Amino acid sequence: MAVPQNTPETAAHIKRIKKSSAAPTPQIMKQGALTPWLYLLPALLVMSFFIVYPMINTIGLSFQNRDGTASAATTCVEGQSCWGIFENYHYAITAEFNTSSLQAFWKSFWSSSYGNTIKWIVVMVFGTVAFGLGFATLADRVKYEALAKAIIFMPMAISFVGAGVIWKFVYDYGTQQSQIGLLNAIITTFGGKPVAWLSTIPINTFMIVLVGIWIWSGFCMTILAAALKSVPDEILEAARVDGATEWTVFWKIMVPIILPTITVVVTTMVINVLKLFDLVYVMTGGNFQTDVIANRMYTEMYKNFNVGRGTAVAVVLVLTIIPFIYLNIKRFMEQEAAR
Amino acid sequence: MNKEKINKLLNRVPIHVVIVATLIIWIVPTVGLLVTSLRPPEAVRATGWWTVLASQDASGPYTQSCAECHGADGAALPQADLTDPELVAKYPRSLQLLAMLRKDINGQPHMGERPIPSAQEAADIAAYLMKGNQTEARFTMNNYIDALVGYRGDNTYRADCAAGTQPPDLKCNLSDILNPRGMGRAFVNSLLVTIPATIIPILFAALAGYAFAWLDFKGRFLLFAILVGLQVVPLQMTLVPISRFYAQAGLNGTFLGVWLFHTGFGMPYAIYLMRNFLGTLPRDLFESAYLDGASHWTAFRQLVIPLAMPAIASLGIFQFLWVWNDLLVALVFLGGTTPVMTYQISNMVTSLGSGWQVLTAAAFLSMLLPMIVFFSLQRYFVRGMLAGAVKG
Repeated sequence: MAVPQNTPETAAHIKRIKKSSAAPTPQIMKQGALTPWLYLLPALLVMSFFIVYPMINTIGLSFQNRDGTASAATTCVEGQSCWGIFENYHYAITAEFNTSSLQAFWKSFWSSSYGNTIKWIVVMVFGTVAFGLGFATLADRVKYEALAKAIIFMPMAISFVGAGVIWKFVYDYGTQQSQIGLLNAIITTFGGKPVAWLSTIPINTFMIVLVGIWIWSGFCMTILAAALKSVPDEILEAARVDGATEWTVFWKIMVPIILPTITVVVTTMVINVLKLFDLVYVMTGGNFQTDVIANRMYTEMYKNFNVGRGTAVAVVLVLTIIPFIYLNIKRFMEQEAAR
Repeated sequence: MNKEKINKLLNRVPIHVVIVATLIIWIVPTVGLLVTSLRPPEAVRATGWWTVLASQDASGPYTQSCAECHGADGAALPQADLTDPELVAKYPRSLQLLAMLRKDINGQPHMGERPIPSAQEAADIAAYLMKGNQTEARFTMNNYIDALVGYRGDNTYRADCAAGTQPPDLKCNLSDILNPRGMGRAFVNSLLVTIPATIIPILFAALAGYAFAWLDFKGRFLLFAILVGLQVVPLQMTLVPISRFYAQAGLNGTFLGVWLFHTGFGMPYAIYLMRNFLGTLPRDLFESAYLDGASHWTAFRQLVIPLAMPAIASLGIFQFLWVWNDLLVALVFLGGTTPVMTYQISNMVTSLGSGWQVLTAAAFLSMLLPMIVFFSLQRYFVRGMLAGAVKG
């Protein structure tokens, strides 16, 4: 097992990629006006057909009825509030909320797919980044770093479905006396009462988030570890000589230096969490108030067969992601400018 | 060793403890899956997987609580013969067994002066009796066979075939490995989906990456910036129109449809990675090639492709794992007509609540190839991730 991120080779590779920014506009050989487009053609074709065109089409469908044959306004129910052509959005945004009182709204919000998605983002992004950073820092100080990192990273190779099975088994709740799920067995050994982890509201959402943290921590750890390695040793040594504790060195020197990388990891993780569907689908199917936006889209579309509502949920999802598309492009521009 | 050295060592103990403890937590759930997949079904239902590490002698609680009256072999009392499978079948779990033990027999407490066994002990006794008082093999490959052929009965595939009572969709010969309900067929399907869905995007991305890195054209920068933005577009945004189109074009449930979809979605990240890598190749290389009269096409085939192998490897592993582990696309476009492994497992999870032994075996089968790819090519995987760090 190699420690990829430590090998000088990889470091050089990253450096080269960064340096690639220095590559000037190519003007090497005469080329026909068409040549570049021939090289781009296959890629542009599949991308336009599978990403750009469907996006536009999805937006159109979200203003139509359940099979895309008439305007969404026709699905309004008489005597109830109606948003006209935005009726699917009316449904997508408000259907899960109870607006009878402020308190009821608050309660229904946190059990809705929106509330759950927020819980996911907050807990999972914080969990993976904090754990990844912490573990990378600790593992840096031991000889078996490579092995330790490989183990933490391993869940990345497993499918969400496989991970779902692994953890469903850990969380298993037996109605019999003897528990075959590890977690409940530990609890009963210490005299506690077994818990139905995946159907007990509100802990069930957090139990699934834990699985997400188990899967994605390795990703954060690897990227943050590479950034930590790039912090110059002289700076750290100088601080230590000046009597700074390891704690101070970590918070006052390492973290500020790698802050840009942390930002990248955080935004990447937020996007990942927003898109996350498989785990919820496999572990609870979105039942017991564990639904998230991505799974709700699937439910509306492929279980309720409502094209209009399904696409409206998808558009809501993409709207939440747009800021990150912007951030991504902005970061790219900055990188290019730094060339 | 001097005092300072010992102190230094001691100071480092907490770090090791934290790291090792974390590693154990990280790996134990997967170990549980593996162990469970190798245990006989009755054992999986009765006891936790960690008990395989416990004492070999399963008769312990039985000897303690029952052997005095029922005899060591359980046949001492003719009116309560514990070797009789019919009698034992009435008390499959601790609950039934305890209820019976608490009842009086002939007006006397069943257990007499002895304490009634604890729940765990009762479970062990029940499991012991169910096995017919003989220590059965602790591990079995039956679960894997059952998973591969898609056996869904209460027994095992091998036992059913021997008795000739197999379900109608099984023939008890080698052809069962391709039974549409089994993981064997799903494995083949997964491979058929994954390999082209890995190669085609790499090919397209290499072409486009070359154009972005070494060719001059109008809108180069703008196009690439759009590409960077497209990396983040969620899959969910495009599923509906594509599945509607596929339904009309007859592409639903076909491999071609899935290949194309994965190609489209893998493209932005793949081009991004390729362009960044190809841009780092030395300029002189291309200059001399062109001076020697090479065309772009020759340069691409004979220079770029061989030199880009590290990037192709990174990309290949990324795309391979991505497609292999994908559920959503397989669910929507392939579904049950050509089930892949993730689909089969998710189906088993949602429909087959109790069959942990087959489910764990199936899950482990699906993890096998990604694990091999991951551990043997880890460095390339990490490289690709560090270079891109965007795709999820």
